[in-house]
Amino acid sequence: MIQTINVWPFVNGAYGATVLFLLGAAWLTFMRYRRARARLAQAEQL
Amino acid sequence: MTQSALSRTNPASHGGWFHYLANPGRFQRVARPALPWLVVLSLIFTVTGIIWGYWFAPADWQQGDAARIMYVHVPAAWVAMAGYAALAFCSLLSLVWRHPLADIAAEEIGPVGAGFTAVCLVSGSLWGKPMWGAYWVWDARLTSVLILFFLYLGHIALIRAFDNKAHAYRAAAILALAGAVNLPIIVFSVQWWNTLHQGNTISLTGPSKIYITMLYPLLIASVGFYLTFVTLVVARMCAAISERKTISLLRAMAEHGQ
Repeated sequence: MIQTINVWPFVNGAYGATVLFLLGAAWLTFMRYRRARARLAQAEQL
Repeated sequence: MTQSALSRTNPASHGGWFHYLANPGRFQRVARPALPWLVVLSLIFTVTGIIWGYWFAPADWQQGDAARIMYVHVPAAWVAMAGYAALAFCSLLSLVWRHPLADIAAEEIGPVGAGFTAVCLVSGSLWGKPMWGAYWVWDARLTSVLILFFLYLGHIALIRAFDNKAHAYRAAAILALAGAVNLPIIVFSVQWWNTLHQGNTISLTGPSKIYITMLYPLLIASVGFYLTFVTLVVARMCAAISERKTISLLRAMAEHGQ
C-alpha cells in the first residue's frame, strides 16, 4: 500500500516564506526610501 | 520639427537612453513618478498569481497539491537568474563605460537578487522533501543555484569591504562578470547531467509540457515577481541617490563652514 503524506505543511511553508520575504523586502525598501527623502529634504532646508 | 530640434528632445538620438539616464538626478526624475505605477502593477500581478496558484489552480495528477509550490518557486528562480544577468550587465557598463548609475544599480540589485534566490532555495527544499524524500540533494541544478546565492552574497560583501568605493565597485563588477558563467550552467544543468531536479517544463522554442490552467497562474506570478524585483531595485536606487545627495550637501556645507 502506498503511503501518502500530508503535503500542505510544505506548501504553506513555501508560500509563507515567499510572502514574508516579499512583505519584508517591500517594508524595508519603503522605510529606507522615506527616510532618504526626508533626510534630503532636511539637508536642503539647512 | 527640424533635425536639431528632434535631437534636443529625443534622448535616443544623442547617445541613447543608457547615456541619458546615466545622470543619477535625471534617472530619479524619470523613476520617481513611475514608482507608484510599478507598485500597483507589482501588487496586482503578484497577489493574483499567488492566490490563483494557492487556491484555484488544479492539483497535479502525479504530485498532487505539492505542485502548487511551483507558483512561487519557479518565478523566484527566474527572477534570481534574471537579477544576476542584470547585475552582470550593470558590471559591464561600469567597467567599460564607467556608467555612474550602473554602480548604484549593481549595489542595489545584490540584496534583492539574493533574497529571491533564498526564496527559490527554501521553496525548492520544501518541495523536495515530499517529492524526493529529502530537503536537499547535491544535484547539479540545486548546487548551481546555491553557488548563485553565494555569488550574490560575495558581491554584497565585496562592495562593502573597501573604504574606497571606486575600488569596491571595480572588484565587485569583476566578481559579477566572472560569476555570470554560472547562469548557463544553471539553465542547462538539467540537460547536461542526469539530475533529480526535473527538466525544463516551459520552452520558448518548443511546446510547453504544462497545461494552460497551470501555465496562466505561473506566468502571472512570474510577471508579478519580475515587476516586484524592478520596483524594489528602482526604489532602492532612488533612495541611494537621495542618500548620496544628502551626504554631498552636508559635506559641501561643512567645507564652506556653515
